Amino acid sequence: MLQFGMTSNLASGVLSQAAAVFLANGAPSLAHLGLLDIAVIAIYFVMVIWIGYYLKSKASTSEEFFMAGREMTAWIAGLSFVSANLGSLELMGWAGSAYQYGILAAHWYWIGAIPAMLFLGMVMMPFYYVCKTHSVPGYLKMRFGQASSVVAAFSFAFMTVLMSGVNMFAMAEVMKVVLGWDLNFSIIVSSVAVAAYVALGGLRSAIFNEVLQFVLIWGGALLVPILGLIEAGGWTGLKTKIAHNIATGAIPMGDYTHMWRSMGHFQDNPMGVHWTGIVFGLGFAISFGYWTTDFLVVQRVLAANSLRSARMAPIIGSFFKMAVPFIVILPGLLGLVVLQNPDGSLMKLVGEDIVKANPAAGLHSYNEVLPLMLVRYCSPGLLGLGITALIAGFMSGMAGNVSAFSAVWTYDIYQPLINKRAKDEHYVAVGRWATILGVIISIFAAYMVMNAKGIMDYVQALFSFFIAPLLGAVLMGMFWKRATAAGGFWGLLTGTLTSIGLFAWVKADPSALRYVALSPYAKDMAENMYRALWSISVTFIVIFVVSMFGKARPVAELDGLVYGATKIPKEEPVPFYKNEWYWAAVAIVAFVGLQIMFW
Amino acid sequence: MKSTDISIWFFIGVLLTIYGVLILGYGLWELITGNVANVVLANLHAPVWWGAIMLALGIFYSVRFRPGKEI
Repeated sequence: MLQFGMTSNLASGVLSQAAAVFLANGAPSLAHLGLLDIAVIAIYFVMVIWIGYYLKSKASTSEEFFMAGREMTAWIAGLSFVSANLGSLELMGWAGSAYQYGILAAHWYWIGAIPAMLFLGMVMMPFYYVCKTHSVPGYLKMRFGQASSVVAAFSFAFMTVLMSGVNMFAMAEVMKVVLGWDLNFSIIVSSVAVAAYVALGGLRSAIFNEVLQFVLIWGGALLVPILGLIEAGGWTGLKTKIAHNIATGAIPMGDYTHMWRSMGHFQDNPMGVHWTGIVFGLGFAISFGYWTTDFLVVQRVLAANSLRSARMAPIIGSFFKMAVPFIVILPGLLGLVVLQNPDGSLMKLVGEDIVKANPAAGLHSYNEVLPLMLVRYCSPGLLGLGITALIAGFMSGMAGNVSAFSAVWTYDIYQPLINKRAKDEHYVAVGRWATILGVIISIFAAYMVMNAKGIMDYVQALFSFFIAPLLGAVLMGMFWKRATAAGGFWGLLTGTLTSIGLFAWVKADPSALRYVALSPYAKDMAENMYRALWSISVTFIVIFVVSMFGKARPVAELDGLVYGATKIPKEEPVPFYKNEWYWAAVAIVAFVGLQIMFW
Repeated sequence: MKSTDISIWFFIGVLLTIYGVLILGYGLWELITGNVANVVLANLHAPVWWGAIMLALGIFYSVRFRPGKEI
């Protein structure tokens, strides 16, 4: 989870403090589940375990266990690709951000995802797929050698389980706040279910469940914007009511329904970001880093049954990603006008710090906007479905983490460093145990986070340290024949150190943000964007300089790894409606159309 | 060719069918008895039409992708 999406990165950042706060407050639950709701949730758990048990017999070889036998169709790989990123924290965190910042939050779904997904499918996927790598660190090993691969593998494995734990804890807190469930119960039940179906059925089980979870997320969350829009009087009515609430001072001033108009200056928008940070920092360094090099999502596409399916999967995923703001951002905006206190006055959601400072005031935080909307509209059964959507989101993210951890641990750490020549069955067994181990470490991480206030911000920053430099190394390796192993290693290392250094600088001296983000008006969100830009720039420069002093590998050795040295297999001609280039073009048109529509 | 594997779409179909039956059933009970849940826009009877949509989709996927069906 955070899946570690850059989206969740920020979303769980918002939720991070909430967790400790809720625990301390013992706030009353928002919703009370009836028998029907409990039945809906219980049936979901039975179904995911059934799928894992059924698929156990189809995960007996390492190729089956770790790569789902590379038999997934484009649709299944594409939905799984999006679902692995769409955690419950993304749903709730970004809905809260939409309430706070308006439609600006949709940048993380559109420019922060779509161009990168299309680039992965159309440009990068052939190299990943043709070289038959099992993982992104595996690609680095083939291109730059063992040292770069080990650095990437250890950092990825470490961060995956740690973040899995962070999100597990935050999810348990959400369940506690929304339903009043016991924290330990939530952690144990959800993690045991994930461990069971991933350890039994491997990646195939994770992918199948992610597709199921994707359908459930939509089925459980879609009613909220539909009913919300009916109540608000459609999009026009929503805009009118927001304007009225601003005029009466009920909500803070701001341009809640336009994405780019307030991006000309840092001080013009509540996020404190500039369009250059959004376009180059978020839209390139962070987004491309996450969607094209994070093995958590790339693994899903590598499981496709053909190169064409592997290219189509991210394109199919991009359409669904474009639609996600409908069930995430829109409920946040609707919350600004429809949520009411029991006395009929407009409910004002506030930051976690204010909730914490006034424990007896009955206040709700921004992050609770989606559950509040669920409770507002959903009757018995539908409420259970909505809660199941949140649980499904969490589990899809966690399954993504542990299945990716299992593959990277087995292929990129255990096999090359511990046991090089074992039987295939041995690696499958290692993968199964790694899955369970990953879940156990995640649980420990969850409890560690519980007792270490403020650690989540650092954990998320840690993960972001690796995204941009890894992208720099992969791009230089994939598109520059002259890049050397030493260049790749030192570029990755110095890029990472740059990111860590900038983070530490701002932590030690918050005023340093003006230098990192290039403006005295920059706020926290801008830091991530510009830090990523600095980091990838350093990576590019170091790889270039070091490589120029070294000896490049012969072009013949770069077949399947580098653009210009690889023969991409010719695909059978198909009608235009099955052609990936056609659908990529449609996705670009839709993406541009959305930007113009909400300019 | 007969498919011996169970498709993911079949699993989805089964789940949607069960959910559709439960939610539509509750919605119809609400409609008949008049015991409407205390939620906003309850007059729109969302459980009825949302449950019916889920049930219809569930039946379609369950039948279309049932194990053993020739595909």
